[in-house]
Amino acid sequence: MESNCWNCGASAPERFCADCKALQPPPADYFVFFGLPAQLSLDGKELEKQFYALSRQLHPDIFARKSQREREYSLEATAVLNDGFRVLRDPIQRAMYVLKKQGLDIGEQGTRDVPPELLEEVFDLNMALEEMKFGDEEARTQILGARERFEGMCKEIDGELKKLFAAWDAGHDAEVLTEIRGLLNRRKYITNLIKQTETA
Amino acid sequence: MSQMFQIEFDNVPEERIVGIDLGTTNSLVAHMTLGSPRVLEGHDGKIVPSVVSLGDNGGFIIGNAARQELIDHPERSIYSVKRLMGRGVDDVQEELKLFPFRIAEGSESVIQVMLGDRKMTPPEISALILRQLKLNAEEALGGPVTRAVITVPAYFNDAQRQATRDAGRIAGLEVLRLVNEPTAAALAYGLDKRKEGIVAVYDMGGGTFDISILKLHDGIFEVLATNGDTHLGGDDIDNLLIRIALEDVQSEWGEDISHVGEAVQTLRQAVIRAKEELSFVPVTSIEFAWHGKSYKRELTRELFENLIRGIVDRTLGPCRDCMKDAGVTPEQIDEVVLVGGSTRIPLVRSAVEVLFRAKPHTELNPDEVVALGAAVQAGILAGTVENQLLLDVTPLSLGIETYGGVVTKIIHRNSTIPASASETFTTAVDGQSNVLIHVLQGERELVKDNRSLARFDLKGIAPMPAGFARIEVRFLIDANGILNVMARDARTGNEQSVEVKPSYGLTDEQVEAMIEASIDHAEEDLNARQAAEARVDADTILIALERAKKNAAYGELSEEERQAISAAVIQLQAVYNSTDHLLIREKVEALNQATMSLAEAQMNTAVRSALKGTHIDAER
Ligand SMILES: [Zn+2]
Repeated sequence: MESNCWNCGASAPERFCADCKALQPPPADYFVFFGLPAQLSLDGKELEKQFYALSRQLHPDIFARKSQREREYSLEATAVLNDGFRVLRDPIQRAMYVLKKQGLDIGEQGTRDVPPELLEEVFDLNMALEEMKFGDEEARTQILGARERFEGMCKEIDGELKKLFAAWDAGHDAEVLTEIRGLLNRRKYITNLIKQTETA
Repeated sequence: MSQMFQIEFDNVPEERIVGIDLGTTNSLVAHMTLGSPRVLEGHDGKIVPSVVSLGDNGGFIIGNAARQELIDHPERSIYSVKRLMGRGVDDVQEELKLFPFRIAEGSESVIQVMLGDRKMTPPEISALILRQLKLNAEEALGGPVTRAVITVPAYFNDAQRQATRDAGRIAGLEVLRLVNEPTAAALAYGLDKRKEGIVAVYDMGGGTFDISILKLHDGIFEVLATNGDTHLGGDDIDNLLIRIALEDVQSEWGEDISHVGEAVQTLRQAVIRAKEELSFVPVTSIEFAWHGKSYKRELTRELFENLIRGIVDRTLGPCRDCMKDAGVTPEQIDEVVLVGGSTRIPLVRSAVEVLFRAKPHTELNPDEVVALGAAVQAGILAGTVENQLLLDVTPLSLGIETYGGVVTKIIHRNSTIPASASETFTTAVDGQSNVLIHVLQGERELVKDNRSLARFDLKGIAPMPAGFARIEVRFLIDANGILNVMARDARTGNEQSVEVKPSYGLTDEQVEAMIEASIDHAEEDLNARQAAEARVDADTILIALERAKKNAAYGELSEEERQAISAAVIQLQAVYNSTDHLLIREKVEALNQATMSLAEAQMNTAVRSALKGTHIDAER
């Protein structure tokens, strides 16, 4: 990030230059952008309030009559604002964002390895899905049952995550983050299974 | 006091940014005047039918006048061209069965339509409609109009939006913003007076259907979700009725007229009349006469509703999906707004009422509400409307092709725009200097089931072993819903060149060429008109002179004077058919001078009057 205002050269400009009021290029980090501490637990109401307030300040509509350069920064800033709001308001996406920032990216797909404790469940589900294809109606109840179990697991994970989020925020303990990553991977795997049951 | 004055003064210099509803059937232009939006009128009313016809002299006829041409010269007229915007030949096979578009041979990714023997792309045809609206606005506002906000169906994809923006450019308009039609309608209703609430906008126009659900928050109109069908509208109802009438005619007359363009056009107007009447009366008839034969069929509202129920029901699925995506139940919806002429149909209104469990707003004219909203948005951009802000979403997910013909979504549908995503690409082969990225729009898993947007060629990558290059590509959907792509070499930070190959649409060069061509034509058109006006003046004086020659006063002229007049006449006749209006006017003026002495010398007021073009008998 530039340390001087692009327009008048004043030092240490914030979102807008204190001297000439010109819009500055936005910071890329979502937490920095929203002026929020980089925490995993976050007040959704406060975030939304910030989102609306910043929209009123930064939206391209407001910069329609400004210079080309300010129009570009407005577009950039609003993109970061909207992208950031989408990510930060969702606890799971927010956690993945923090992991990525800490170099613990779990990637788009997550792991493809079946968690060992789910091996049997996954095997049974695949069987049932196969039977469904051949018109076995009994398999349907089996699949619905599986879905209920998976949804239960997700809820359980979310509860654990909440505790871990608070733990990370309190001490930024790297081990906690690794634990969170493990849970997020497991969660991702389970939500994929739920999706499979929905296609049936 | 001076403070008050200051505020008022700030609001007075209204920029002439207009709002345009470029509709499938009708188009309108509106402007924010002294704090409220109004539709601007042309010579023949507010509505410019979206019809274009190529005239005998090679000029274009647009709007109301073109509607008659649609019947007289269907082979060189076109309507509903919006259906072709941003689409390829493969996309429109269904429309071709129902609409008399004459697609030029060799059309592929950009359709070319035949108007007579002239080949034109849909953006060029739309540009003619826009130019008419621009002219109407310039006359109404008393000055040049060069900037506009244009509305598009919310469910328009990138190619359709680009085509609309291209049309604006070709028409000589800087398109400051493309606004989604349902969102514009919400703006027009000024629903911001309600501080908080959820609003559904149901928009059924001539050719497209859109549903949007918005959350109001202190002047912010935040779209939560949008859905729709770009192939569903009032035209479908017309086509249904036409099909039935054609079958009747076939059995009654023993004649198949479904391929006779003029007959089908006449019939289309007849069924539209019947359809519109049924919104007000319980029974009407479709009446149609052709080459001495006539057809009449009674149509009750009940039968009509049974016929169109399927079409109306097709709008309900997108509405339910939209509520699901927005995370709202029908009970949570506070207000419903109806947009588009088709929402005048009582069955549509009752279906909407049942679905959303709320009585829809109908205070504003559904034909005008979108243009009015576009004018409000223009006012926001001009700075004359304050404290209102529109936060819209992208209707379709954006993805890139990955290994095995699968699409990886990078920006999900219903994301607030502007929205962006970054991806890093590398090379697969040693020394590879290009990487091709295929970008798609749609919700499906496989490439073949989505809409190809464009291929972006990252060019001039420095030779490196495979996998070493790191090109960071940023995909950004702007506030118009249009994709912008930027790339940089992540190692050096240098900008990386990207060549865009749009899958369906004009390249920048093609648009530039069309702008050039339209300016050329504009000059041609202007020249032709000025020459024609000069000829009218020439006729006036020549006729007056012929009359004056019969007057006794002419005989009293000297030989030189008569010769001077004859010489001036010959010179005028010699340039009469010239395209140079200045030359014609010069000779008209010369003849005027030559006859002046005649008039003055004789002091004959009758001759004078005759030379001015007044009827000579009246003076006696
Ligand atoms: Zn400054």
